[in-house]
Amino acid sequence: MELALNQPAPLLKRLSWFDWLFAAIVAAGGLFALSRFGGYMDIYEKAILLAAIPSLAVSGWLWKPFRPLFIVVGAVSLFAFSQYQGNLARMEEAFFLKYLISSQAAIMWMCALFGLATLAYWAGLLARSEFMLKSGGALTWSAIAMGFIGLMVRWYESYLIGADVGHIPVSNLYEVFVLFCLITAMMYLYYEARYQTLQMGAFVLLVISAGVGFILWYTFDRGAHEIQPLVPALKSWWMKLHVPANFVGYGGFSIAAMLGVAYLLAGRGILASRLPRLEVIDDMMYKAIAIGFAFFTIATILGAMWAAEAWGGYWSWDPKETWALIVWLNYAAWLHIRLVKGLRGPMLAWWAVVGLFVTIFAFIGVNMFLSGLHSYGTL
Amino acid sequence: MNPSSQSFGKSLFELLSSMRFAISLLSILAIASIIGTVLKQSEPYSSYLIQLGPFWFQVFEKLGLYDVYHAAWFLLILTFLVASTSVCITRNAPNFVREMRSFREHVSEQSLNAFRHKHEAATTQQPEALAASAQRYLEGQGYKVRNLPREDGVLLAAKAGSWNRLGYFLAHSAIVMICIGGLLDGNLIFKAQQVLGVKKIETRDIPQSQVPAISRLSPANPSFRGSVQIPEGSSASVAFLNVADGYLVQELPFTVALKQFRIEHYTTGQPKSFESDIELFDRAGKKIRAATIAVNHPLIHDGVAIYQASFADGGTRLTLRGWNLFAPAASSFPAEGAVHGSAALTSAAGDFTLEFIDFRPFNIEDMGGDTETPRNTMSVLGGSPVGDNRHLRNVGPSFQYKLRDARGQASEFSNYMLPLQFDGRWYLMSGVRESPNEAFRYLRMPLDAAGEIDSFMRLRGALLNAELRPEIAARFARQALPQDARGTEIEDKLKSSATQMLGLFAEGGFQSLGRFIEEKIPEAEREKVMGAYLRILELAAFEALQLANRQAGLPAPRTDEATGWLVRDTLNSMSDLFVYGAPVYLQLMQYDEVKATGLQLTRSPGKNVVYFGSLLLTLGVFFMLYVRERRIWLRIKPGHALLAMSSAKHTIDFEKEFARHAQALDTLVK
Ligand code: HEM
Repeated sequence: MELALNQPAPLLKRLSWFDWLFAAIVAAGGLFALSRFGGYMDIYEKAILLAAIPSLAVSGWLWKPFRPLFIVVGAVSLFAFSQYQGNLARMEEAFFLKYLISSQAAIMWMCALFGLATLAYWAGLLARSEFMLKSGGALTWSAIAMGFIGLMVRWYESYLIGADVGHIPVSNLYEVFVLFCLITAMMYLYYEARYQTLQMGAFVLLVISAGVGFILWYTFDRGAHEIQPLVPALKSWWMKLHVPANFVGYGGFSIAAMLGVAYLLAGRGILASRLPRLEVIDDMMYKAIAIGFAFFTIATILGAMWAAEAWGGYWSWDPKETWALIVWLNYAAWLHIRLVKGLRGPMLAWWAVVGLFVTIFAFIGVNMFLSGLHSYGTL
Repeated sequence: MNPSSQSFGKSLFELLSSMRFAISLLSILAIASIIGTVLKQSEPYSSYLIQLGPFWFQVFEKLGLYDVYHAAWFLLILTFLVASTSVCITRNAPNFVREMRSFREHVSEQSLNAFRHKHEAATTQQPEALAASAQRYLEGQGYKVRNLPREDGVLLAAKAGSWNRLGYFLAHSAIVMICIGGLLDGNLIFKAQQVLGVKKIETRDIPQSQVPAISRLSPANPSFRGSVQIPEGSSASVAFLNVADGYLVQELPFTVALKQFRIEHYTTGQPKSFESDIELFDRAGKKIRAATIAVNHPLIHDGVAIYQASFADGGTRLTLRGWNLFAPAASSFPAEGAVHGSAALTSAAGDFTLEFIDFRPFNIEDMGGDTETPRNTMSVLGGSPVGDNRHLRNVGPSFQYKLRDARGQASEFSNYMLPLQFDGRWYLMSGVRESPNEAFRYLRMPLDAAGEIDSFMRLRGALLNAELRPEIAARFARQALPQDARGTEIEDKLKSSATQMLGLFAEGGFQSLGRFIEEKIPEAEREKVMGAYLRILELAAFEALQLANRQAGLPAPRTDEATGWLVRDTLNSMSDLFVYGAPVYLQLMQYDEVKATGLQLTRSPGKNVVYFGSLLLTLGVFFMLYVRERRIWLRIKPGHALLAMSSAKHTIDFEKEFARHAQALDTLVK
């Protein structure tokens, strides 16, 4: 009975030796990167790197599975770097690079693993098989690991192409789609553990699979996987903050929309016995939109600050900016309507689903149909 | 105050602060914003007129759709949002502050019993003892606790997460702040001045110095966002603000001079950086400072931020060689020009105006060729993200000009300075198009062994020269016939048909030849006859080249394949001259490049307000979404304890927490 009365100990006191080891590894990695590549960074980029150390360490402390993920990605990426021996052509020769961990190979593995994870989650959902659901989770974890390795190696490769070409791989539609899949999957796994429900993976992985489909089409049809140097407007440390923050936002909204679909289906009795209770789905949906909204707010503010520096005005009513505002207003309205007498139910679920279409338009549609200052990732 | 106006004010207050109204406003604002992303904003009015037609053009103009975000009705929606949020804050403020402070100590046992989340337990402990241990427990859980003695026991009132309410204030006042900051940076002041008739938009295309005072804004103008182009070696002390279908001249508090503008390129040819070395001078001409600005690295001086926004040609001086394309001689004349300048051109075909519009020191072209990265599955899996840029080439400088005839019709030309290679042979290229949305059609002029177009021009002159035609035909006929056929009727016939061919060709190229055949020759034989005619033309042209060389005192052309191609290409190219659309070709011989930088200059006093508001917004959103406000009451009477819990938001976390506290109570009462 002591348990119930235990005070929640402060975070620092709850840490295990592995947590500290993890923090040490993160710090060592960060400081190594600083000493080795500091020459390529300006003061802000150094600050971002230093600030990333505690953020990553705390992320690992608060969400334990993040620790092995980080270590595996770091170790495999370093191994991949070493395989290159400073020579880009090695990617066609070295066995590991060619088939596993050159950026493009790793990203293709990520795509395949996400596909398998989707199948596993659906099999688990339909067959009520806990084992299959858990396999889905494991496959998703492996896909995330492969994806991050792919991005890390791509970052490295870009510098091998030319010191002036090198840049963080969040600069075009291909790279951010990979990022989108990874962030969405991570956020989902976090909630999966928090809510102890495995079934929602079947729905969330659908939106990730759509992202994967886009990546594949974009690669094979358009050769979009080629690393291109940055246009001058994108050469800024702001990109490192603005883009990832945006994708936490998009990820949250996508998850919410898929939960909305599950909610609507379950509400009509479809799959209802296999899915969690409606209140649980609803609660997850709120959480996903809340985190998405919070990060989207930050991303939009960061975007405005970047715009002030690059274009001479923090708000130009450029189509991308305006659509970001529309997305933001949409979810602000969603959050308010939920607060009005605590409205719940299908109406909010529908709204979350429609919200995804608004978000998708802001994400890709603007690039396809509208022109403006933000024309970096055209189709 | 009479009752009805009082109730009107009250219901307005009610309406503005109602959640339904707020949600409607957010939705309306979102929908209104879409308009401006669908219709391109702030384009020249003429292009709207073309797109929409005169009727809709006027309707759209009345609705302010060409600049939606500054239209009165859009600002009205924003004003409503600000009003609604402010009213909402004032309405909630007293309650929220009270709530943040209050422990709701006066709650009655009866109402606690009515709570949805309540838990009862029997106890043997003394109320005071149980209250003390429960208080320790709750404080350990992060609650603030009040211990309130009651006549028959104790009431513990506890609360946690009051910052949630603070978050509401922060986030919602931030909205007001951001909107006000935005308005400070908007063009409200100018709009007011415009309505009062103090200021007016300039729509004429006149030199800056002639713009009247009514369209000029003083350096004291608190907020503006303008742009200016400065050529290297020049300076500017004004910026231009685009407003509706015209502009305003903004006087700057200093003078900006451009020393140099630089573009750096990646090895693939894409631009890598744009940089301007600028100097600032005060009004008296004293130098204040020098700086280099680049994209993402503006300079801020005296509250005015100077950004690298674009670049252009700043009046590159061009040394040209003009060729009269329809002169029956290889004559050229020297000419000069400067980008953005114009010149008059008199020719047999009429009077023209030449307008030099641009010069490009590089042209990176995709020269086609095989892509070396096949995109099959395996190559992508083990494949390379390294782009194959081998087929990209810098094909050298080019300059662009318009040739406007007396009626004002203009064709646009783009001439390359350096030759390009096709099928192993070199050509000088001149592109032409009738309107900016067409692609250029290219005239290819073949180069001779010396790498010049002079042979082409000489041959062209000779072929156009009617006086030379009999001699060319005669030489051709003699060469074409065997010894024993000379002087016969055949020779005469050949001569006259060669003269005819040459004459036809000189009139309109292959087209007139084709027309002639269509008129005179039965369909079945046309192909054969065409072949024969072309052969005659080619051989005759070769004779023409010989003749022209001799007349120019040059050695005879060699009889080799290269000369054969030169002649053939000349004929093709000459034939194109008839649809080229200009009587002259301007060959770029030399240039002296002058670049211009495009700067954007802004003064935005609202920026810091907006940023501060943004910070508050972020904090507020996090507090609202992640700090959960909860309250707990524990009413302890001898032998009995009642736990009740409430929160504004019933989430699953809340349910779990309640279950935990209920369990804890069960433990504590023992
Ligand atoms: C662009 C405008 C606005 C934004 C972005 C915004 C944002 C938010 C957010 C994120 C929340 C928290 C929702 C949650 O906890 O789940 C919230 C709550 C709230 N908003 Fe707004 N809001 C805006 C305008 C308004 C207006 C105009 C009103 C006035 C009617 C209003 C009244 C409220 C109230 C009463 C709450 C609940 C506060 C609480 O109980 O914690 N909001 N708002």
